[in-house]
Amino acid sequence: MSTITPDAIEVRPSALSPGRRALGTVLRSRELAVALVLVALVALTTTKSSSFLLGSDGWRSLLVNPSILIVLAVGQTVVIVTRNVDLSVGSTLGLTAYLTGRLFLDTGLPAPVVVLVAVAAGAGLGLVNGILVAFGKVPALVITLGTLYIYRGIFLSWAGSDRVNAGDIPSDFLRLGTAQVLTVPVLTIVALVVLGLVGYHLQTARSGRELYAIGSDPDAAVLYGLPVARRVLFAFMVSGALAGLAGVFYVARYGTVSSNAGLSIELQAVGAAVIGGVAIFGGSGTVWGASIGAALLVTINSALPVLGISDFWQRAVVGALILAAVVLDRVLSARQARRLAVARDVGPGHLVIEPNAGAGDKEAAR
Amino acid sequence: MPGTWEAGEGWPTLELRDVAKSFGAVAALRSGTLVVHGGSIHALVGENGAGKSTLVKIVAGVHRRDGGVFRFQGRDVDFGSTAESKANGIAVIYQEPTLFPDLSVAENIFMGRQPLRAGRRIDRARMYAESTALFARLGVEIDPRRPARGLSIADQQIIEIAKAISLDAALLVMDEPTAALSGVEVDRLFAVARSLRDEGRALVFISHRFDEVFDLCDTVTVMRDGAYVSTDAIADTSVDQIVARMVGREVAELFPKTPAEIGDVVLEVRGLQRTGVFHDVSFDVRAGEIVALAGLVGAGRSEIARAVFGVDRYDAGEVRMAGRRVRPGRPRAAIGAGIAFVPEDRRQQGLVVDGSVARNVASVVRGRLDRAGLLTNRMENRAAAPWAGRLEVKTNALDMAATTMSGGNQQKVVLAKWLATEPKLLIVDEPTRGIDVGTKAEVHRLLSDLAGQGLAIVMISSELPEVLGMADRVLVVHEGRITADLSRAEATPESVMHAATGSSAGPPVPATNRQEVKA
Repeated sequence: MSTITPDAIEVRPSALSPGRRALGTVLRSRELAVALVLVALVALTTTKSSSFLLGSDGWRSLLVNPSILIVLAVGQTVVIVTRNVDLSVGSTLGLTAYLTGRLFLDTGLPAPVVVLVAVAAGAGLGLVNGILVAFGKVPALVITLGTLYIYRGIFLSWAGSDRVNAGDIPSDFLRLGTAQVLTVPVLTIVALVVLGLVGYHLQTARSGRELYAIGSDPDAAVLYGLPVARRVLFAFMVSGALAGLAGVFYVARYGTVSSNAGLSIELQAVGAAVIGGVAIFGGSGTVWGASIGAALLVTINSALPVLGISDFWQRAVVGALILAAVVLDRVLSARQARRLAVARDVGPGHLVIEPNAGAGDKEAAR
Repeated sequence: MPGTWEAGEGWPTLELRDVAKSFGAVAALRSGTLVVHGGSIHALVGENGAGKSTLVKIVAGVHRRDGGVFRFQGRDVDFGSTAESKANGIAVIYQEPTLFPDLSVAENIFMGRQPLRAGRRIDRARMYAESTALFARLGVEIDPRRPARGLSIADQQIIEIAKAISLDAALLVMDEPTAALSGVEVDRLFAVARSLRDEGRALVFISHRFDEVFDLCDTVTVMRDGAYVSTDAIADTSVDQIVARMVGREVAELFPKTPAEIGDVVLEVRGLQRTGVFHDVSFDVRAGEIVALAGLVGAGRSEIARAVFGVDRYDAGEVRMAGRRVRPGRPRAAIGAGIAFVPEDRRQQGLVVDGSVARNVASVVRGRLDRAGLLTNRMENRAAAPWAGRLEVKTNALDMAATTMSGGNQQKVVLAKWLATEPKLLIVDEPTRGIDVGTKAEVHRLLSDLAGQGLAIVMISSELPEVLGMADRVLVVHEGRITADLSRAEATPESVMHAATGSSAGPPVPATNRQEVKA
């Protein structure tokens, strides 16, 4: 009907130019910021003690140490973006690590089968969490706090005073913990492959994007007709399966599994995700950020003693990092909201349009 | 599935007959009937609370009906989820936008059905291109890559529309889609709606703006108090007829504001501003006066009230009570200055729903009741009894939990709670939302009595008859600014609506003239 005049089409503020947008993305990228902190930390520590990075042992530990936490942080991120949290992963890790040891000890199954069983067991424990959260409509914080104790309790009553020792594990399998490809430890490679697969899925698959949508606004997700319960269930299963894989890593790396294996590592996993820019209220953040956060957390623990900082301060530094990350998020989002609000007020938006322009068009059309 | 919306098989696209839906004791929909054919734009009109939105939510699969017939494209259906309704070819634009703030605009449009490339990976390039094409069709420019967070209400509404259009649905339901749109955007939307109609699809259009209804639609169904009233061809009816059917009673009967003696200025608001929310808001309220804040949903009325009461901070301006400045951002200071605030959502913000009536009424004055730091049920009951009696709260005992009461009685408990503080100014946000018609009149009489006793009242209301019936003065808010200050005599549905939609610059067009324009 009405013809739109060229003036009328320009009712909206134009988008930023591509160049500026790219620059803005880099400046706002949490992944990059945390990676820079990590690089700076490694560089500083290396100037203090060159073997930290350059010694063959230092290089290897620098790469292999974060692998367990990276796997856990990736799983945790999948859950957190749906506006949930999984506190049971530490207990799941302990339980599956012990299971791995017992399977080698009691059954003599080949290593690949043992790994699969452990991962499947983790997925099963995650499924229990998922069912309780998705269908019980009880906050994940409470559910997984409960299963944290239950899973640990099962582990304790099963293991008793028993423990798995390095001598019980086939040496082929233990070699995995130390094996390297082009100086890169195998465990690190596996962790990075997992990271890549999960990250790729979250970014490019419908079901991956739906996890973000659910966390961004659960009510809207229901109105969109997204399968919310199924996706949340899936997220907890992924987290459980990755905790199972982390349990396998634990055996391969340390050989011994005692009753405190994985104790309170779930808090480090949540901390890594938060430092890496995963919003605790869901909807945003990437596994790349979470895994760099995990690497930073682990590296700080080995770097601070080299820098001569006492044990007490090491914990305080980790706490400060988490707080800094959260405060930074808050400040950035408040600033962005303000910027958008001002842009809406002063920009060539709706307010500037002649109030009668629309009505005039209507009249003209008739 | 192209072609599935084609008419001509004889059955209507959508057929609802005597559909009922209750929420607890409240019957939101008693007997809803709506029959929509392909190739038609069907208006659904009625006052707020007439049951239109409930009807829409049944069609959308949000609610399940309690009884009645629901047929879609000739088949009996019973949608258990929105996904099911969508899969059957129904698209719904809700009154309030439902977007994912963290995700990009394009993802908001295509979530759950993003275009795919090889390996079932999302084809982002195509998703952005299709979004841009949709926006071009709607005549707007929105960057499909930007996050939905921070978009204006109008832009959010446009994204909802783009989303619905992209669904390629046989039935498109629009629940007040134009509330936040400017004239140009409305024209564009209507052009798109007409082209969808010409393709043989069925459209349901819910609106309070009669000029739009008469401009766009070919058929109109009227609802009142949760029930079907009539269906007519637009050409055979008039605005006056429809309004009479919608209201079904004299406005004056329903809203008995008795004239009260207007006293001194109680509240002065000067140059109040919260960037991006409201600007340069100045007004006075006198003792014995009811001032209505009218406007469309999202215009910033509640935000202004919250700032005056100190729940939210403001960036500039000041609030004075009886000449003395009220400290910003402190509800306690506002209560101390004699302001009482009954919020919109009484279940969440106004009541401790599990607490007893007495505890609720006494909650604000608790500080004055305790003896040596101890507070007994008896003291609470003693403080609550006179107020509950005065407001005729229907309850068996003051010990009864507030959650067991009807909406109207809950509202009275919230009012009693604030009146116990003996305020000089009462701010009520949507005082009768979700309250049945009989109790509504009681709440209105109560407000009128209170004004008669010299209380200054600021009433926020989206119900035009309530505003016109109750208010001594109407302040109309549009996009965060006060666009009109109308006396009781000046306030008409037309003058308020024009100011609320930002089209007040011209002289108000009488309703009869507009019909001629259409004819």
